[in-house]
Amino acid sequence: MAKVLMIHPDKCTGCRNCVLACGFRHEGSFRPAAARVHVYSWEREGFSVPMMCQQCDTASCVKVCPTAAMHRVPGTTLVEYTKAKCIGCRMCTIACPFGNAVYDSSTESILKCDTCGGDPACVAYCPSKALEFVDDNISTRTRKKTFASKFKEAFQEA
Amino acid sequence: MNGWSGTIARINLTTGAITKERTNLKDAALFLGARGLGVKIFSDEVDATVDPLSPENKLIFVPGPFSGTFAPSAGRYHVVTKGPLTGAIAGSNSGGSWGPELRYAGYDALIFEGKAEKPVYVWIKDDRIELRDATHLWGKWVPETTEALRAETDEDAKVACIGPAGEKQVLIAAIMNEMHRAAGRSGVGAVMGSKNLKAVAVVGTKPIKVADPKAFEGAVQAARKKIAANPVAQGLGAYGTEVLVNILNQIGSLPTRNFREGYFPTADKTGGESLKATLLVRPKGCFSCVISCGRVTKIKNPKYAGEGEGPEYEAGWCMGADCAIDNLEAITKANHLCNELGMDSISMGATVACAMDLYEAGLIPKEETGGLDLHFGNADTMVALTRMTGLREGLGDKLALGSFRLASLYGHPEYSMTVKKQEIPAYDPRGVQGIGLEYATCNRGGCHVKGYTIAVEVLGQGPNLDPRVITAKPFWVKLFQDVTAAVDAAGGCIFGTFGMDVGDYAAMLSGLTGVQYTGDSFLQAGERIWNLERLFNLKAGLTKKDDTLPERLLNMAVPEGPAKGMVSRLSEMLPEYYQLRGWDEDGVPTEKRLEELQLAGELVGA
Repeated sequence: MAKVLMIHPDKCTGCRNCVLACGFRHEGSFRPAAARVHVYSWEREGFSVPMMCQQCDTASCVKVCPTAAMHRVPGTTLVEYTKAKCIGCRMCTIACPFGNAVYDSSTESILKCDTCGGDPACVAYCPSKALEFVDDNISTRTRKKTFASKFKEAFQEA
Repeated sequence: MNGWSGTIARINLTTGAITKERTNLKDAALFLGARGLGVKIFSDEVDATVDPLSPENKLIFVPGPFSGTFAPSAGRYHVVTKGPLTGAIAGSNSGGSWGPELRYAGYDALIFEGKAEKPVYVWIKDDRIELRDATHLWGKWVPETTEALRAETDEDAKVACIGPAGEKQVLIAAIMNEMHRAAGRSGVGAVMGSKNLKAVAVVGTKPIKVADPKAFEGAVQAARKKIAANPVAQGLGAYGTEVLVNILNQIGSLPTRNFREGYFPTADKTGGESLKATLLVRPKGCFSCVISCGRVTKIKNPKYAGEGEGPEYEAGWCMGADCAIDNLEAITKANHLCNELGMDSISMGATVACAMDLYEAGLIPKEETGGLDLHFGNADTMVALTRMTGLREGLGDKLALGSFRLASLYGHPEYSMTVKKQEIPAYDPRGVQGIGLEYATCNRGGCHVKGYTIAVEVLGQGPNLDPRVITAKPFWVKLFQDVTAAVDAAGGCIFGTFGMDVGDYAAMLSGLTGVQYTGDSFLQAGERIWNLERLFNLKAGLTKKDDTLPERLLNMAVPEGPAKGMVSRLSEMLPEYYQLRGWDEDGVPTEKRLEELQLAGELVGA
């Protein structure tokens, strides 16, 4: 069974431990631009949203890649990037509707989530469970349960 | 280079000259960064007798080596200067992303000198540093300043700035970053205003390199586990620091009515549990935080409508119980105003409490209040005075001087609950003896966070001491002061010590920098910093006489509640404290101790 990364913006505290852990896992140093996850914060409202590759089934980045550097791995949910095949045309960065494929000039490569090979550092370091790595067919379980508990409270009060 | 960036930028606001120099790595190893390296640079370069609001004073922004890494709850920067409120060394630190961003831009410190002819801001993008005109920003509040600067620099820029309070040199003005985080105490914002420096906007894209990535990550993971398992850290995440309101009230040590009492019957309405049930939107974490004590709050009541962050415990107390106010909406509004105007919420609320006390005693005449009723308990007055202080309007012009100068203007400085002219915080030192010694001896004036003995006296950490006794308290005060100085210097938040010990910090610091620290050498760095700050204060003219508490706490017993009948027994603790520090009976460090701390020669002029 394949696993997917789920984002829960309502639980995000904006601490950026995911960004730090991701960059560190990939480069062994701390450079937020090296991270494959980014957190956008609205300071007035105090709201933050982590953003990362959704590993789309029908991935625009894969469709536009002229060299198959960006490709799906059969039997997995992963969209994989192979740097050796990449010509740096950056078509994927234009095609991705989420902006989650990013060109990094300092490494001359595309940065996108690779789920750390199945053990994502961002999930391990998130202190508020705003990120989880979960079986794809139950990926919305947490969200459903959270909402279900509101029903439960409402009916118990009534 | 690992751990440190290796470069310090110096910006002379008088001449506009911007220069870069190498970080002195020997000093960095001894003083770590942030509060430590900042105080070292400052005391080397600035005459201790300098007028804090003159161009000759300097203002140094220093992140710590941990800032920008995933060391848990450790992304802070320190602002070091001579405080205009206190006349002592000032060090105020703040979380959020500003300090880490300065590290990513490649700097270990920014040193500001002189005074700009007209308002300016500084725009830093990696190696490029520009001084730009800020005339159009002068007068803008903190959120508007932050947004305007992002629009004209970079939408992801991290902005530290002053609001109207700093511009008008309100002596309790703060420096704010990312709108809601404050380098709050001792009037550091007034120093920034005196230099006509409105803001520093930063974008950084460089890496912070790690000496031993495997060792560093191992130490970080071990430390994170300890914090996650700590009940105090868990409580801070669930209810914010406001969780302390009920805890302190239950032991009769929640200062009430300007420290006239220690118990506030309706305090629960102002506590973290009530906040969570009413105005809390969600918890928020600073950069790299694993605790998330920050509170995003929203007030819907049209009278106080607004959104922002806080209150924290200190603001909840000084704008609450200390003013005999139990209206959480008003408290939250006043706290938001402090952030937006750029002021220290502790000194603000405590100064309002002092004004109410003076008014009830008939010492502030009615004709001076602009029609405001200053009786204790008047929530609208407290909110109005907060705004008036930040803008220096009406009576606010006098509150802008802090409570010591306010009470002195009316001939009664004893109404001011201050140490070294800085307002003391939310723990009554009559019921909690150790914290009184910390207030009295703290180098930046009345302050709890630089020696937070509350952890062992009230919160059940470590040996779980009885708050009412003085036995062993000098030892614990010194230990907490030294640990905190080192944690501050590393860029850590003191809440990380709810879980982490000096060995954890030393292991992380060693892995990060490649300089080998032990728990003992980390702790000694803290003691070194504490002593260097003390020497600066002695050179500035402070003496043993300044290591004291307001008369009310030394002589007037708590009238009611669990701490009834108690006074602070400071005079019995102070000699033992000096002795443990290796200072003489006048509180002057001995040459022998200074040599042990590798501070030989620093005594000259003290």
